[in-house]
Amino acid sequence: MSTDIKTLPQTELIAPNGVKLPIYMDNHATTPMDPRVLEEMLPYFMEKFGNAASRNHSFGWVAEEGVETARERIAKLVGATSKEIIFTSGATESDNLAIKGVAEMYKEKGNHIITAVTEHKAVLDTCKRLEKYGFRVTYLPVQKDGLIDLEDLKRAMDDKTILVTIMAANNEIGVLQPWAEIGKLCHERGVIFHSDATQAVGKVPIDVSKQNIDVMSISAHKMYGPKGVGALYVRRKNPRVQISAIIDGGGHERGMRSGTLNVPGIVGLGKACAIATEEMPKEACTLAGLRNRLRDSIMSRLDEVYINGSMEHRLPGNLNISFAYVEGESLLMGINDIAVSSGSACTSATLEPSYVLKALGTGDDLAHSSIRFGIGRFNTQAEVDYVADRVVETVQRLRELSPLYEMAKEGVDLKSVKWAAE
Amino acid sequence: MSYSDKVIDHYNNPRNVGSMDKNSPEVGTGLVGAPECGDVMKLQIKVNPQTSVIEDAKFKTFGCGSAIASSSLATEWVKGRTVDEALQIKNTEIVKELSLPPVKIHCSVLAEDAIRAAIHDWKKKQEAVKPAAVEAK
Repeated sequence: MSTDIKTLPQTELIAPNGVKLPIYMDNHATTPMDPRVLEEMLPYFMEKFGNAASRNHSFGWVAEEGVETARERIAKLVGATSKEIIFTSGATESDNLAIKGVAEMYKEKGNHIITAVTEHKAVLDTCKRLEKYGFRVTYLPVQKDGLIDLEDLKRAMDDKTILVTIMAANNEIGVLQPWAEIGKLCHERGVIFHSDATQAVGKVPIDVSKQNIDVMSISAHKMYGPKGVGALYVRRKNPRVQISAIIDGGGHERGMRSGTLNVPGIVGLGKACAIATEEMPKEACTLAGLRNRLRDSIMSRLDEVYINGSMEHRLPGNLNISFAYVEGESLLMGINDIAVSSGSACTSATLEPSYVLKALGTGDDLAHSSIRFGIGRFNTQAEVDYVADRVVETVQRLRELSPLYEMAKEGVDLKSVKWAAE
Repeated sequence: MSYSDKVIDHYNNPRNVGSMDKNSPEVGTGLVGAPECGDVMKLQIKVNPQTSVIEDAKFKTFGCGSAIASSSLATEWVKGRTVDEALQIKNTEIVKELSLPPVKIHCSVLAEDAIRAAIHDWKKKQEAVKPAAVEAK
């Protein structure tokens, strides 16, 4: 294309109420790093650069000490022991390692895996690949609120089931699944329970013992840590879970994940977890307050706005709403000084609207009209107020432009219209 | 997704937004697309029955920025043309004018469809009123 223009303003601007633009409110995609995390990481690039696997000199010991501190901090946040934490390159790798690793290790026992239709692609596509190798996968539907039905899960389990993989919190709608109950059902039947907890760790309390989680994926960059580093929790007792490696080599991480450890990244993940352990209770309240303020400010001024997914079982910083009669991408274009995401087809490469929203039974029309707000640690009330105002004024403007809004106001039932397909 | 300057301009300052009386014999209305597909365009033209010149055009669009820009541009282009000239407008010209990327070509197709649908609607109305006009003579 000849004239590519970045939609986000290139220079820093100040809004009338004093907030700096553009505003980042897409914290489910990634989070900015906490300065305290960066500070902790910095020495590990230069002075403490050693290879944590070097056992016979101080450079290696210093690096290893950094890694082990991180391991303990991560374990503490999720109620595990440090020996149960394996470092990876991120949650996608953790999901792959968990699912493929369990499938390979337990294939003599059975070939059936259960997951849900709203899982992240890192889980769904991994399961799809296993289907090619003879595994049988059940994709559980979700209810209107985004939660799976535990009865569906019970019915899906059979004597060949080896693994249930259900995410802790959804990346689009922030809905929290009933982990403890899922874990209990799995343990009663001797089935391993893996949870992709990328969005949940550091945001809501997780205790792998109480919640019967056997294997759990963790990412650093969703919790104010660096990109390119993650972890996998693998239970060591009651029951002891074994996984086959998918990356072979020097036998690092007790043979489960070879490769020289990303020491600065791991130290950063550890610090991010330590901060979360300290600050989560207060931060969750603050974020839920800001989120509810945003929701109320928008919904009190606009009609026909719908929340996608359960409000009760939800990440504190997540809001996913559909603005009827307004297409999501055009809305994003109108609020181009704010970084958020849409479930509209137009924002995806596939031209299909969000499969998560479709799974909730949200019509395609409303899926096209959805916006995901991800409020994070560094968002302020002034930013929330600015975002609400901009969203309201843009939706109003686009509705004036919308033939659907006009027809709806004239009393036309849009469902009864015979649309001329393209 | 990045947008061309022209798409951004049409999005920020859409031309000829609005509605005309769809029951008027001089007005042709085209409503194309579907809400499930994420694009619906309504394009209306007001045609001089003597000259067949499109004297006014209005649109409303539910869709992405490129869909809004394509329909806004379509109203600009049809104005002042005869209906036969307007039928010559090709979606590829809209693609070129707005520098639409391949994934947005369907927006231009929809705009072309909307022009055709509006003209078709107007012609249908003309045929319906013609016999009455002859009798009046």
